[in-house]
Amino acid sequence: MAELRLEEARMDRLDDVLSFVDGMLETLDCPMKTQMHLDIAVEELYVNIVRYAYAPGTGPAVLRMEPEAGGVAITFIDRGAPYDPLKKPDPDITLSTEKRQIGGLGIYMVKQSMDGMTYRREGDSNVLTICKRF
Amino acid sequence: MIITKTKEGNSLTVALEGRMDANSAPQLDEALKEEMDGITKLTIDLKNLAYTSSAGLRVLLLAQKTMNKKGGMVIRNVSEDIMEIFDMVGFTDLLNIEE
Repeated sequence: MAELRLEEARMDRLDDVLSFVDGMLETLDCPMKTQMHLDIAVEELYVNIVRYAYAPGTGPAVLRMEPEAGGVAITFIDRGAPYDPLKKPDPDITLSTEKRQIGGLGIYMVKQSMDGMTYRREGDSNVLTICKRF
Repeated sequence: MIITKTKEGNSLTVALEGRMDANSAPQLDEALKEEMDGITKLTIDLKNLAYTSSAGLRVLLLAQKTMNKKGGMVIRNVSEDIMEIFDMVGFTDLLNIEE
């Protein structure tokens, strides 16, 4: 298991977050395309914490990576406002260009590209785990 | 991400290189806003784009919406990996992608 603890979840730490994830994935021989999908998922979930968990302020976040049989599980923990991204309705991806909403695609991409996603509220924390097999 | 802009009359070509994430996507948005005056044809070249998150997709969709009113936009040299992301969110029907 590897853990990255950030005292303040800020946008300027996104590169550190992705380096942490990529470093671990390289030791697991994760295929490049899967790594890209995991990077995208991690970015979407981390950016959500930065923007919304403690808005308008900031606060701590923890990323935990656990190798599993045939893949990896990545858990995000923040102590911000309760937020279950699984409850967010999917965007309608069949609408025309004019009608399509700008934004709102992040969580949808995570749901589509990962093999599993679970959310639980533990005390004062949001605990979100994504799993990907490779 | 490296953004290279080439302007010829009313045409603008923007080549993207590297990673388009939540930190770098706003740079593309800015670069397009700076150059859009009088542009009727926008080409976005993704040949050397290795990664895009939803932040990048948002800017591409915004550009397509704008250019649909002003003329046209074409996206070219889309790699298999990036195309798969476009597919995942239904963008292959929204964006004008050159085969």
